Amino acid sequence: MIKMENMIGAKALMVALEKEGVKQVFGLPGGANLPLYDELSKSNIRHILARHEQSAAHMADCFGRVSRKPGVCFATSGPGATNILTGLATAQADSAPMVAVVGQVPVAMIGRDAFQESDIIGMSNPCVKYAFQPRVPAEIPEVVKKSFYIAETGRPGPVLIDVPKDVQQNEAEMTFPDVVKMRGYHPWTDPDIANVERAIQMLLGSEKPIILAGGGVIIASAFAELQAVAEMLMIPVVTTFKGKGSFPENHTLSLGPIGMHGHAEANKLMIEADCVFALGTRFSDRSVGTFEEFEKRLKIIHMDVDPAEIGKNQTAQVAVVGDVKTSLRIMIKMLQQKAFKKSDDNKWLKHVEETKDYWRKNLKIHPGEMGAAKILRKLREILPHEAICTTEVGQHQMWASLFFDVIQPGTFFSSTGLGTMGWGFPAAIGAKVARPDVPVVDIAGDGSFNMTENSLATSVTEDIPVIVFLINNYSYGMVAQWQRTFYDRRMIGVDQKGCPDYVKIAESYGAQGIRAQSLDELEKAIKVGLKSDVTTVIDIPIDPEEDVLPFVAPGTPLKDMILPS
Amino acid sequence: MMWAILSILVENRPGILWKVTNLFRAKNFNIDSISVGTTPDPDISKMIITTNTDEKQIQQIVKQLAKMIDTIEVKQLDEHKTVYRELILFRIKIKSAQDTMEINRIANAYGGKIHDAKKESIMVELTATPDHIKSFEELIKPFGIIETSRTGIAALQRAGT
Repeated sequence: MIKMENMIGAKALMVALEKEGVKQVFGLPGGANLPLYDELSKSNIRHILARHEQSAAHMADCFGRVSRKPGVCFATSGPGATNILTGLATAQADSAPMVAVVGQVPVAMIGRDAFQESDIIGMSNPCVKYAFQPRVPAEIPEVVKKSFYIAETGRPGPVLIDVPKDVQQNEAEMTFPDVVKMRGYHPWTDPDIANVERAIQMLLGSEKPIILAGGGVIIASAFAELQAVAEMLMIPVVTTFKGKGSFPENHTLSLGPIGMHGHAEANKLMIEADCVFALGTRFSDRSVGTFEEFEKRLKIIHMDVDPAEIGKNQTAQVAVVGDVKTSLRIMIKMLQQKAFKKSDDNKWLKHVEETKDYWRKNLKIHPGEMGAAKILRKLREILPHEAICTTEVGQHQMWASLFFDVIQPGTFFSSTGLGTMGWGFPAAIGAKVARPDVPVVDIAGDGSFNMTENSLATSVTEDIPVIVFLINNYSYGMVAQWQRTFYDRRMIGVDQKGCPDYVKIAESYGAQGIRAQSLDELEKAIKVGLKSDVTTVIDIPIDPEEDVLPFVAPGTPLKDMILPS
Repeated sequence: MMWAILSILVENRPGILWKVTNLFRAKNFNIDSISVGTTPDPDISKMIITTNTDEKQIQQIVKQLAKMIDTIEVKQLDEHKTVYRELILFRIKIKSAQDTMEINRIANAYGGKIHDAKKESIMVELTATPDHIKSFEELIKPFGIIETSRTGIAALQRAGT
């Protein structure tokens, strides 16, 4: 039975959030969302104060990725709302579930260029899954219900709710629906069994099959299913960067990420394969290099929840549209019923093992004690497998891709689609809120961390301790690498000239700052950070000339990979 | 390159037309013509969009449109199994009574209607396929076309096809 109750719009929004099981919102108050904040203060929902709306959005984004329930962020109108745009675009590019609630000027003022008015519905359109602007308070309960439904079903994404101030303040009779329906929204498609069968036939009929696991495997939490299929068919697994950690990277069948900064063995074997079984991936340019080269030789099986991804970047011979977990389960059942015989003399697998072995032994790494490979392997050695890692964007991110093995699936998160610098640290805070029981580490670079380091205030005052593993070359290292490689060392705009001192920055916020200049110091610092109940910034100075290698230059095929010399 | 007629049922709410056209813009798809109108169900509008691009792109457009939450149904109509018409108004220059007669004759042959016949100009209304409109236009060009206004196409697929 639906109960009707009189209340103001702001209260209805809190009640609706509580009904969705929301325990906290990340946000910043301002003029146009004061009624929301007033009701927030009376509700059971915790408020986590961000020091910039972009950071609030990233916190909500990664909370959503980790908990697989939409994270919620609040911002005021105008600049508050425009500040979350980057957060929305980031979540959209990486299919993260999130609900952003922003204030708006009163309905009668909309369109008059009022103070702190922005047409956020118009601005956000290309970077949200959907946006609502309730015009009367009574719409709020249904709008909130629909927002969560849209954000978390099918291919997840961010939803914006733009609430005019008078809609927050005015009273109405509210009914809270238990279910909502939208005739134009069909998030789930049942996988076509015939196509799953075709996929199996194609895989069994190919000599050199490879599995390409994308972010969709992580979103669908289809780790056990992926591993089962790989093991049943004995097919090696490469991942996209977003799919890193969809498959245990210490598994014998694991080759790690392909792409611009993929593992040498992964890229080499990807171009030798004759059949690619792609799961939950959009075949981004960063993963596959140039498409034409890719398409010519290969038989492709594409499994994705989003029908619009089939054929967008890559033509597939067999396409299975549907939830990856469900589709793989159907496949496993079919495989169990089949009495297919695995050949003992698997030449491809032998070749895969040899190639992997060769590159794991022979890939040249930086000779210095504090080379990227050595410090990241040290982190892996000490960090428990269940710990969650986020990254910023830049060289450190690609080094993490190369040298930091994710053992427990679903513990690695990064801004992979939009490549948003400054994402990793607020994201780590969001992850820690979702999983307070495990350590959370932001694998960071100085340039990126510098962009949202004021989230230290949030982590300290809100008691959300994380570790910032700051790989510091005091430069925008990836840009510097491209200037060294493609612009004949004409360096501009990349040197941070030793500013600021990140140990002092950490201390000024009441966090712990430790500088680690040797592997011993680094080991001690990580151990201190893991035991600490306050955020720890480990500042790790490295050689500013160290490049990320291997490297596939943009617009070139994977076979033209540049290797360390 | 191929010409495609897309028939799209959408929620009849403010801003939906903008979202549809914004999708075309964001994905760099070009719109040839567009017509929008209400349907017998007041909550639903219908858009007929024509576009000229390659087959693969059209499939992508259909999928992206179908993905939109505000679209209820997206169909690519088969040109050969569809009745489609466009309405166009021409204002044509008149120099003599002879011109008026001649334009009348051509308009009749195309099933056009004459409006607003004045001494110096005449208005012709034509409902036809874009191809017919083009050939009519070629015939009357020598008289001098002052201005035109056209609607974009209305299209319905034949029953049972």
